[in-house]
Amino acid sequence: MFTYVFFTVLIIAVVGYFMGRAKAVATVGGDESRLHSRTGYHGAFIAAWVGVPAFIVTLVWLMFQNSVIDTLLLQSLPTGRIDGLSDAQVDLLISQIKSYAAGISFGDVDIAVREAAERYNAWREIARWSMLAVIAAVALAGLVIARARISPEFRARHGVERVLTGFMIVCSVIAILTTLGIVLSLLFEAARFFAIIPVVDFLTGLNWEPQIALRADQGISQGAFGMIPVLAGTLLISFIAMAVAVPIGLLSAVYLTEYASKSFRAVVKPILEVLAGVPTVVYGFFAILVVAPALREFAASFGVEMAPNSALAAGFVMGIMIIPFVSSLSDDAINAVPRSMRDGSYAMGATKGETITRVLLPAALPGIVGGILLAVSRAIGETMIVVMAAGIIAKLTLNPLEPVTTVTVQIVTLLIGDSEFDNPKTLAAFALGLMLFLVTLCLNIIALRIVQKYREQYD
Amino acid sequence: MTDATANSVKLHNWSSEANAARIRSRYAADRRLQIYGIAAISSAILVLAILIGSLVMSGASAFFQTKASVEFYLDPAVIDKDDINNANYRKIVTDSFAKLFPEVTTPRQKTELQKILSTEVRFTLRDYVAANPGAIGSTVRLTVPLSDPFDQLYKGVIPPRLDALSAQEKARFENRLKNRGLIDIVDGRTVAKVNLYIDPAKVPADNIGGGNFQAILTEGIDALFPGQRIAGIYAMFDDGAAEVIKQYVISNPGSIGKTVENLAVPVSKPYDTLNKGERPLIPNPRVGGENEIAWFERLQNLNVLSSPFSTELFLNANSRFPEQAGLSGAIVGSFYALLVCFLISFPTGIAAAVYLEEFAPKNRWTDLIEVNINNLAAVPSIVFGLLGLAVFLNLFGLPRSAPLVGGMVLALLTLPTIIIATRAALKSVPPSIRQAALGIGASKHQVVMHHVLPLAMPGIMTGTIIGMAHALGETAPLLLIGMNAFITSAPTDILEAATALPAQIYSWSDSPERGFVARTSAAILVLLGFLVFMNGIAIFLRQRFERKW
Repeated sequence: MFTYVFFTVLIIAVVGYFMGRAKAVATVGGDESRLHSRTGYHGAFIAAWVGVPAFIVTLVWLMFQNSVIDTLLLQSLPTGRIDGLSDAQVDLLISQIKSYAAGISFGDVDIAVREAAERYNAWREIARWSMLAVIAAVALAGLVIARARISPEFRARHGVERVLTGFMIVCSVIAILTTLGIVLSLLFEAARFFAIIPVVDFLTGLNWEPQIALRADQGISQGAFGMIPVLAGTLLISFIAMAVAVPIGLLSAVYLTEYASKSFRAVVKPILEVLAGVPTVVYGFFAILVVAPALREFAASFGVEMAPNSALAAGFVMGIMIIPFVSSLSDDAINAVPRSMRDGSYAMGATKGETITRVLLPAALPGIVGGILLAVSRAIGETMIVVMAAGIIAKLTLNPLEPVTTVTVQIVTLLIGDSEFDNPKTLAAFALGLMLFLVTLCLNIIALRIVQKYREQYD
Repeated sequence: MTDATANSVKLHNWSSEANAARIRSRYAADRRLQIYGIAAISSAILVLAILIGSLVMSGASAFFQTKASVEFYLDPAVIDKDDINNANYRKIVTDSFAKLFPEVTTPRQKTELQKILSTEVRFTLRDYVAANPGAIGSTVRLTVPLSDPFDQLYKGVIPPRLDALSAQEKARFENRLKNRGLIDIVDGRTVAKVNLYIDPAKVPADNIGGGNFQAILTEGIDALFPGQRIAGIYAMFDDGAAEVIKQYVISNPGSIGKTVENLAVPVSKPYDTLNKGERPLIPNPRVGGENEIAWFERLQNLNVLSSPFSTELFLNANSRFPEQAGLSGAIVGSFYALLVCFLISFPTGIAAAVYLEEFAPKNRWTDLIEVNINNLAAVPSIVFGLLGLAVFLNLFGLPRSAPLVGGMVLALLTLPTIIIATRAALKSVPPSIRQAALGIGASKHQVVMHHVLPLAMPGIMTGTIIGMAHALGETAPLLLIGMNAFITSAPTDILEAATALPAQIYSWSDSPERGFVARTSAAILVLLGFLVFMNGIAIFLRQRFERKW
């Protein structure tokens, strides 16, 4: 149906375009130079008048169609059928009617549901055709109205440009809407979570056991939601990752900017960038296929027992992923140090190495620190590597050989599979998501500030 | 006074040995820094090489599928011509395959035999009969896939037999028994000489046959390996060892209450083999027992096995059985999601970038939008998944697991990348172009649409393709909106439940079967292939069309 609507509007718009051109030419008797705007703009003006209102009406229609039909459906049920049912039971009834209407039925279906399903199908059919009719009418109305305005003096170009500017503004606002959507949805769900579990318990609790009983009579009915062990695990893994990425990334940046020949740089830099282009799910598989077993074997040769999903393996692989990130940001920072400082150092007789360690790195330090902070925020928010290679059980430990869990792992494990939005288990994921968002946001803002300040200093 | 001043001025001796040493050490420090740099770069490249190498090694075999060419008798008694789809094809497969093995007669063994073939075979057969109803009653030769363990066996990924003894167990046998001269061969059987105390409490003199000789053996073994008491040690001795002791005590009743020295007790089979200088082996439990190995070897001798390129990997959708699992569902799902992502993010991204770069006044609002876009680019991808779950699925009620929702989430994710790339491309178009166009009377919009945007297009396309490649590899947000669903057929539109390539990799990597390890690596290679292709196009575009002004 959506396809029909789309093509109907498209055809009307195309017809409108050519009608607009034709009328514009006709009004001046073929002498196009007498028109204010070129003929194409007259056509585009009509097309915009056809497309934009139709698009808005379609969106509004789609937003409300389902809820209107649901309301009608509930009202049409025999009186008393939904008395005394909770919201969840009403939802269940509606989905039962819909699945019966779609031809899927489980067990016995009572007569009221069957009749409701028939009505539902009928209404949907009506809704579909009326949607097509209404939108076609809107599009045609737009065509007629716009066509009536065409005259030699009509400023069609200005109209089209206004529509275009409006479209561009709407698109730029989408970025703000996305942020707003993220913040609001996280805040809203997290608030529901904190209505069940107090904020203080969440922030300071030392136990994270989000298992919730499925039935009321099962033993543990309430899980423990203290985020400290999860946070500690995240920091441990991030720390290991940075311990791998910072020295390797920084040293390779130093070598590439200061020592390497141009051709060496041209070959090696893209190779390092490949590390950043590898999807994280690939790193996760690499961790379980190669790194974790190799580290375990290595540890076993010293007689040390190591868990298969240890923090070390996950952190190491994450570090590999971050190397190009640290390397390219340090690269930028070192390159931004003014030439004069380098020359001054050489003039004093310093070797290349001394210039790097005593002049360039201290001067580039703010930029490098900013880059490292961005990398830390990356590591904290990284998901697939830890989902595949780290543990699920939250354990408060600093031992890198033991499995720990992270914020992102918990979000994924809490939300994968079914997601009923009424238990603290699912909502906890949003609370964790809010924490994650706030922490990475702060890190990013601080890092960008530092980098910007530092750039201004030398510009 | 002048003397004192003159003496206090020390001239630096540039040619002194100390100075030379200092300079040497300074340059040595310089070289060290260089070496660290090279070490850092080579370690990063080495890890990359290991990453690619291990994936190729483990994934290469999944591009081939072992198949057996088998004759099937399409028994008209089993297949009803009027109801072809509901015939018992399992019986036809079982009977036809068993004909290759005349020694297999019992129904039980015939069932075991089926483990060699993929469970899919009966559906292949059904589809064949449905396509050729005339073949009922005749014998047809079809090439059908083998099940996962035998597929792996044929490719040599897993061996038919494994070492029965670990290196540690072998060393224990050599050091603790053989090198102390406690091992001997009696009547072709390896025996160990053990000192046994025949405890009267365990072996009553009036009922020797009812004595607990196992306990006596255990004590004797404990005396040989003091303080170890682990199962591996007791497993060194044959199950019949207690019987040997019993026979000895029955024939020497006087030994009760005494210690019998150096009694020859048989060792278990693997150690017997080891002592005779051979490798003790047991059948690989993945394959089954000796029967399965023999059957497999028979198939190899019959020359009916082959390992052609696996079209299943690309044409099948997901399955619980690794030999039938393919990527078509995931590839189509990813394609739809990327299509939606492109249709949304490409126009939106360009429009937003053009507005911010060319039209927007410099004020607080546009600053806010700019800061926003930069921050969005650094928000963890999983947060976008949470947004999709809360807004698209819960608020808008869009269908779960649908490529439409996946594409929308990915679009929001790639939007900042595209905007930033587009702005960079627009910035690189020189102002002289704009001024020239304005100078001959073009409107601001005409300048942008007719001149700036076309010139910036190669840069925009490059940025967009890189953004799309990034979106293709993105997994976490897709997991949250359910795009890791187990779907056994490729989706046909953007509202159907589907999976995506990286999500498929994730779910396969979680499967315990050996075949899925190879399948996962192969899927990763396919994904990396797509990424290389996309980035290749981006690089080509950049080099072919990008102009330096």
